[in-house]
Amino acid sequence: MTLPLFFFYIFSAICIASALMVIASRNPVHSVLFLILAFVNAAGIFMLAGAEFLALILIVVYVGAVAVLFLFVVMMLDVDFAELGKGMLQYMPIAIVVGIIFGLELLMVAGSWFITPEVAGGSVLPIDAGVENTRALGQVIYTRYVYLFEAAGIVLLVAMIGAIVLTLRHKPGVRRQDIATQVGRRPKDAVEVVKVESGKGI
Amino acid sequence: MEFIATAADYLLGIPFLGLGTQIGFVYKALLLLVTLLLFVAYVLLADRKIWAAVQIRKGPNVVGLFGLFQSFADLMKFVFKEPLIPAGADKTVFLLAPLVTVLLALSAWAVVPIAEGWALADINVGILYIFAISSLGVYGVIMGGWASNSKYPFLGALRSAAQMVSYEVSIGFVIITVLLCVGSLNLTHIVQAQQEMGLAHWLGIPWASFLNWFWLPLFPMFVVFFISALAETNRPPFDLPEAESELVAGFMVEYGSTPYMMFMLGEYVAIVLMCALTTILFMGGWLPPLDIPPLNWVPGAVWFILKVCLVFFMFAMVKAFVPRYRYDQLMRLGWKVFLPISIVMIFVVAFVLQLTGWGWHGGMA
Amino acid sequence: MTELLSDYLPIVIFVGLSGVIGLALLVAPFIIAIKRPDPEKVSAYECGFDAFDDARMKFDVRFYLVAILFIIFDLEVAFLFPWAVAFRDVGWFGFWSMMIFLAVLTIGFVYEWRKGALEWD
Repeated sequence: MTLPLFFFYIFSAICIASALMVIASRNPVHSVLFLILAFVNAAGIFMLAGAEFLALILIVVYVGAVAVLFLFVVMMLDVDFAELGKGMLQYMPIAIVVGIIFGLELLMVAGSWFITPEVAGGSVLPIDAGVENTRALGQVIYTRYVYLFEAAGIVLLVAMIGAIVLTLRHKPGVRRQDIATQVGRRPKDAVEVVKVESGKGI
Repeated sequence: MEFIATAADYLLGIPFLGLGTQIGFVYKALLLLVTLLLFVAYVLLADRKIWAAVQIRKGPNVVGLFGLFQSFADLMKFVFKEPLIPAGADKTVFLLAPLVTVLLALSAWAVVPIAEGWALADINVGILYIFAISSLGVYGVIMGGWASNSKYPFLGALRSAAQMVSYEVSIGFVIITVLLCVGSLNLTHIVQAQQEMGLAHWLGIPWASFLNWFWLPLFPMFVVFFISALAETNRPPFDLPEAESELVAGFMVEYGSTPYMMFMLGEYVAIVLMCALTTILFMGGWLPPLDIPPLNWVPGAVWFILKVCLVFFMFAMVKAFVPRYRYDQLMRLGWKVFLPISIVMIFVVAFVLQLTGWGWHGGMA
Repeated sequence: MTELLSDYLPIVIFVGLSGVIGLALLVAPFIIAIKRPDPEKVSAYECGFDAFDDARMKFDVRFYLVAILFIIFDLEVAFLFPWAVAFRDVGWFGFWSMMIFLAVLTIGFVYEWRKGALEWD
């Protein structure tokens, strides 16, 4: 057994075990923490495959950003576990259907490797071994795959606008700091010097 | 078993004397770790001393000469304190949180080049690795705050998470502008790019190498990076998560003994990392400020450490005399000031570089 | 073992060692320090009396919005990394394709600003 193989087994074992714990643990916050563990191990597997950029982006985006959102949601929802258990049976049929479809798709992908092993390498761009993979990605994303890239930008725009439309509620009557007004304020706007004669009020 | 042979090879460092200067990784890693922890111990002392000096106090001065052993005395004290786990806490997560904080803070150091060729792991994607690790720093805080099951830590954790996340964005954009000038994610290349091209070469005074460093052409980004680094590491004036006047100590309220110390250790290691990153990205890493004989005889590591100390001094001074921000001002600064500035700067830097055909920014191929 | 992976081995060792140090620090007081817990010591930090309810309460949806906006900008940064590295290979075409991408997101940013999503109240 070589060292990379050893790490591969460690990463995949932890990945699968923590993926199981995501659905098995009773506390949703623990589920999210296990999900994070699964992501980190998946990144390790990417790394073993030589995809260092993808591995680290997986950590930056999924662990550093998406999982933070999940944690927020789970912490915020104040989930009632008894209530959650009741709904489980109701959604079970849909879950089973989705699971079966997903399983079949995975089988088809795996099956295609056995039936026509030469296909797997066919769609891949030729890789220049001397170029590190971040750079190799950069060379194609912004030129060859420019439409997909711009489409990704539009998806992000829709996500941004959607999030704002769905969640933004302004509290009425909130007084905010306006720095321009603060800085623009002059002594004569605020203070008045009054000469008061003695013995008389203002 | 080839695996055991390979493992033994790496772990025990068999090529210690056999194969030239190649020292086993374990020895290197231990050396780096011990040096780093010692450095952090004195950085902590320096922080307290500087703070004290600004307030015309003496600071810690009892343990050892000038209080030089204060940090070690503190370590001993923390270890002998009674560890308490709150009754309502989630015990596993509660103890995991400080461990995660320390582990993440330390592990980022594996790729930092102290001098030319002195990085433990000189990986292709060094800066991305540090960016990834520092974006995970928020977990220690969230986990600690949530697991404590107490109101102050929970609120502190929320604030902290939102704050760290907001400034992470501007740090990302700042890093991008530097990378545009360098064209590589490797930290060693980033430093070398500041040696080979730059303003000093362009002016015909190549010995004035401090003019070559990126702090000058990318000055706005240097400032944005420095302030974002303060916010990212929860340093004053952005220490709202642990604002003692409102949240007592934020997410750390329920912690005591070494778990508390580990949060502080993680925080200071992260601060020194940010200082090191500022040094690498903007201040030429291990390069001497003037490339003339007495100065360039000094080893690169010395320059690196001096520069890190200089940046840390700025961190400490900011802590000493800038008043704390209010939370809405903090979010405003991150999203409404730094984010637009950095997006515009990316456009400007990229446009200038493309227009001048790399002009005086040669960078690394 | 490929060269790429052998670059990463020191990181694994370093992380392992820091894990050992961290664990040692964490465990040390549980072994050597005195332990005399009593109900007052292990109760949650509060002003004087016990908390009425669980501390994990619902909080402002605004934090959630910040997290979503962060994901979007983080993805933007993720797209910028390979661009910055391959910047001189992709030329003006690559430059403008990124500028269009940034412009699309700037529209979102302006919308966000105008709607007041960046205000904190």
